[in-house]
Amino acid sequence: MLAVSDIVKRFGDGDDSLLAVDRVSFDITEGEFVSIIGPSGCGKSTLFNIIGGLVADYDGRVAVDGQAVSGTHPAFGMVFQDESAFPWRSVIDNVAFPLELAGLSRRERHEQARRFVSMVGLDGFERRFPAELSGGMRQRVAIARTLASQPRILLMDEPFAALDEQTRLLLGDKVLQIHQQLRQTTLLITHNITEAVQLSDRVLVMTYRPGRLKRAFDIDLPRPRTSEVVGSDAFGHYVAQIWSDLREEASRGIRDDESRQRNREERR
Amino acid sequence: MTRRVPSYAAPALGFATLVAVFALLEVLIRAGAINRFVVPLPSQVIAAIPRIVAEEDIPHRFWQTTQEALWASVMLVVAGVGIGMLMFRFRLLRSACETWVAALASAPVVLMYPLFLVIFGRSATTIVMIGFAAGLPPVILKTVEGLAGTRNVLLDVGRSFRLDDWQLFRKILLPAALPSIFVGLRVGLIFALINIVGVEFLINFGGLGQLINELAERYDLPGTYGAIGFVILVSVLFFVACERAERWLLPA
Repeated sequence: MLAVSDIVKRFGDGDDSLLAVDRVSFDITEGEFVSIIGPSGCGKSTLFNIIGGLVADYDGRVAVDGQAVSGTHPAFGMVFQDESAFPWRSVIDNVAFPLELAGLSRRERHEQARRFVSMVGLDGFERRFPAELSGGMRQRVAIARTLASQPRILLMDEPFAALDEQTRLLLGDKVLQIHQQLRQTTLLITHNITEAVQLSDRVLVMTYRPGRLKRAFDIDLPRPRTSEVVGSDAFGHYVAQIWSDLREEASRGIRDDESRQRNREERR
Repeated sequence: MTRRVPSYAAPALGFATLVAVFALLEVLIRAGAINRFVVPLPSQVIAAIPRIVAEEDIPHRFWQTTQEALWASVMLVVAGVGIGMLMFRFRLLRSACETWVAALASAPVVLMYPLFLVIFGRSATTIVMIGFAAGLPPVILKTVEGLAGTRNVLLDVGRSFRLDDWQLFRKILLPAALPSIFVGLRVGLIFALINIVGVEFLINFGGLGQLINELAERYDLPGTYGAIGFVILVSVLFFVACERAERWLLPA
């Protein structure tokens, strides 16, 4: 369904240029939940923006159903890492935003939006404004708004990164329920191993700078899943395997950061 | 444990504070701590209000000043917000003009009244134009600031929904910038009103400013302070209207 082939992205020119993403290729089939995991600075978010069409200047090809796409495409719905619920709109009007763009009447769009508000567990909060909600609830508003546009492929860039671990696990349950209900094809960008294993059919591990795909793990845990799966032996086994791959990359990232810091101090 | 404060508590406290300040002034003036030939007794000021309303045609003057302020406000919204939008849209224009606009904010525009008199004559237009010129910089600057301060992620959401430039502006940039634009409008309106009354006073033309001038020259201090009270009333009127408009546009 989604085919990403040989994506290369470089920032800047000459000696100071940075190869952020290097020849990344993978496919996602209909209804599949795939996570891309990697240390900070590995180019995950750049890849997310390339696939979503927010970054134009790159090499390689993004295709949906065999058709190359460039720029933003109606097949994709994006959920961002930073809080993105519109503060001036109530929950229901936030969720109804893509339906408003589609030209639906107020009554129709509210009726449809209510279904997605309910799907993310925000019944009763329709008239509230983002400032009156918790961080986790605000991210659920953003997810519901993206789902309301009924994208064929849901792209999520660390949507729970700013939340505490317990909220993150419970929101993971919500995402699992939605995936179960809609059979929504999803690509999740994350740096959280537990989250990746809890939610995914497949986890792709990225290397630290330049971002390449290091390994793919098929997660063979039974569905429907809940956050209770984190207690199982198989879950622990997957987490340990991914961590052994990721550890090397994360350590390289930390060493790189430290040496840059040292260079900066020496230059001072 | 917190107790629920009734909704009338804040206005009641505000009114009580005003009464208390007036009472304190009354006592201090009567005791001779404040010279009664500089500050009249609050009781005299209150007593003067029905007199100036009847004798000095306050309703007409009040309406004149309000009308001038209203015109200046409309121009501030249209031109101030419009110029701010253009400066946000065209980076070169912003780089070229922002410092000048900021400099204009601190310029004593009211002192340029002879120039305005030459251009517009001794008329309400001069008063409106000076009010407008004085209120313009904060509206422009806060509009630019609000638009430029829109969080990138909100724009990314718009782009991900494939909004065109106009939709991006109308659906995301403008509502995100509105709180800042309203701050600019409030400050701009205050500047405009101060200058409007000031020029009415200076050129002895029009509404409440002219009346303050005349009463002061007649050494009718209670009447002068009473007229100043009506200027404050105009200001309150505009402040409330601004607040209502903001609440209507931004219900959060």
